[in-house]
Amino acid sequence: MIELSGVSYGYDGRPLIQDLDLALAPGSFHFLTGPSGAGKTTLLKLCYLELTPDKGQISAFGKPAKQLGRDGIAQLRRRVGVVHQDCRFLDHLPLLDNIALPLAASGQPIEAHAADISALLEWVGLDGRADALPPQLSGGERQRAALARALILSPDVILADEPTGNVDWEMSLRLLSLLVELNRMGKAVLIATHDLNLIRQAKSQVQARVLRLRAGRLDVAGADL
Amino acid sequence: MVPILGLLRGDTSADRVVPPTGFTARLTVFTAAAMAFLAVFALALSLATARLADRWGTALAQGATIRISAPAEQRAAQTEAVLRILRETPGVASARALGEDEQRALLAPWFGPDLPVETLPIPQLVEVVEDGRGFDAQGVRLRLRAEAPGAVLDDHSRWRRPLVRAADRLNLLGLGALTLIVLTMAAMITLAAGAALAANRQVMAVLRLVGARDTYIARAFVRRFTLRAGLGAAVGTALSMGAVAALPRMDAAGSFLTGLGFSGAGWLLPLLIPPLAALIAFWATRYAAMKALKEIP
Repeated sequence: MIELSGVSYGYDGRPLIQDLDLALAPGSFHFLTGPSGAGKTTLLKLCYLELTPDKGQISAFGKPAKQLGRDGIAQLRRRVGVVHQDCRFLDHLPLLDNIALPLAASGQPIEAHAADISALLEWVGLDGRADALPPQLSGGERQRAALARALILSPDVILADEPTGNVDWEMSLRLLSLLVELNRMGKAVLIATHDLNLIRQAKSQVQARVLRLRAGRLDVAGADL
Repeated sequence: MVPILGLLRGDTSADRVVPPTGFTARLTVFTAAAMAFLAVFALALSLATARLADRWGTALAQGATIRISAPAEQRAAQTEAVLRILRETPGVASARALGEDEQRALLAPWFGPDLPVETLPIPQLVEVVEDGRGFDAQGVRLRLRAEAPGAVLDDHSRWRRPLVRAADRLNLLGLGALTLIVLTMAAMITLAAGAALAANRQVMAVLRLVGARDTYIARAFVRRFTLRAGLGAAVGTALSMGAVAALPRMDAAGSFLTGLGFSGAGWLLPLLIPPLAALIAFWATRYAAMKALKEIP
């Protein structure tokens, strides 16, 4: 569904990712690890075309990224649910509207999806917080809300940047279970995380591939995980 | 047309994604109101000068004077010859020699009411009124030279032309002022929209990331600024029309200042200003929004 081929990217002339290949096929489950600053977030941004590679090709859902106009990129992002590390909410809108934002942005009436939104809120344990504004939420609540927003359009690909960074272990397991469940529905999942315990836990539930980003290169992590 | 109709219908979800911005909202409404207020006056000025140029042109073009400076013994004969020539001239509606009382009245402002006109060598004046076609002034002059050598035709063109030209230039100035006001309004709304867009860059980035198209994001800003500009311009236009209506009515003398205003269907013209302001805001904000969005991946 999303394929990176020979992709390189750097900031201010300093290469961060070099000649990288990655394919997120339907039903695949990947963890992306690596030290801070290794380029995990950058790699995710390349996957949903927030960044354009300096070199190499990216194709999404069978189309080369270079051929996608701005509307094409918008369409692509409706099929890719992203959980950002900093969540990125609109602080003036209540949680319910933030979660429904992808629906509104894609022209779908929120009322028609009221049941889906309620179910998602309930699943991530925020059913009593629908009217709260993002600044009123705790870190964990924000993370769960970000996941709910990423899933509202039932995307084909889920990219999550440290989704369990601000939640307790119990909630981490709940989030992982949801992502595993979505993966079993055929969705591709890529999670960037430092949390090796989470990776170990996931490997007992799903056939996950663990990729390590180091010195701009991507390799498959070994048995140490 | 379609985007404008869509804009009027509105999209409540798109409207809500943009946070309320008090300062830029007030700035836009005030700018539009002030500019509309000035635009109505510029329009009134332009229309008044157009009317003035027309009135001066028409009124003066339809009148002429013949001055007969002849020795006393030939004066009556030459006056009769002039009147005959004028009767025979196509385009002359009427012609008459002014009486002593009328000539005295004309000179009264300079010499007082007791002037003994009959004892002074004052030329005889003949008033000529043209019909709609006008007469051939050059032909009349040639005949006068031959048949009444003391008669001189003054068709007022010497001082009519500069007056009409001055009125025409005032009219152009009014239109120029109107154009400048419109351009200034566009510039100020673009600046206000630009400030609002810069303040909401994060909002636009989030919307892009969740799959919103540029048109969806721009619409939220465009609708807001269009409605604000339309509302401000409506208030400014209403106030300005009230002010113009309150100006002193045009009196018989028809002086320029008392003639500043609208007449008849002219009162409908200022009503075009609020939709025009809204249209300007629509395109100015759309341009600013699309430009800002190009910088967001």
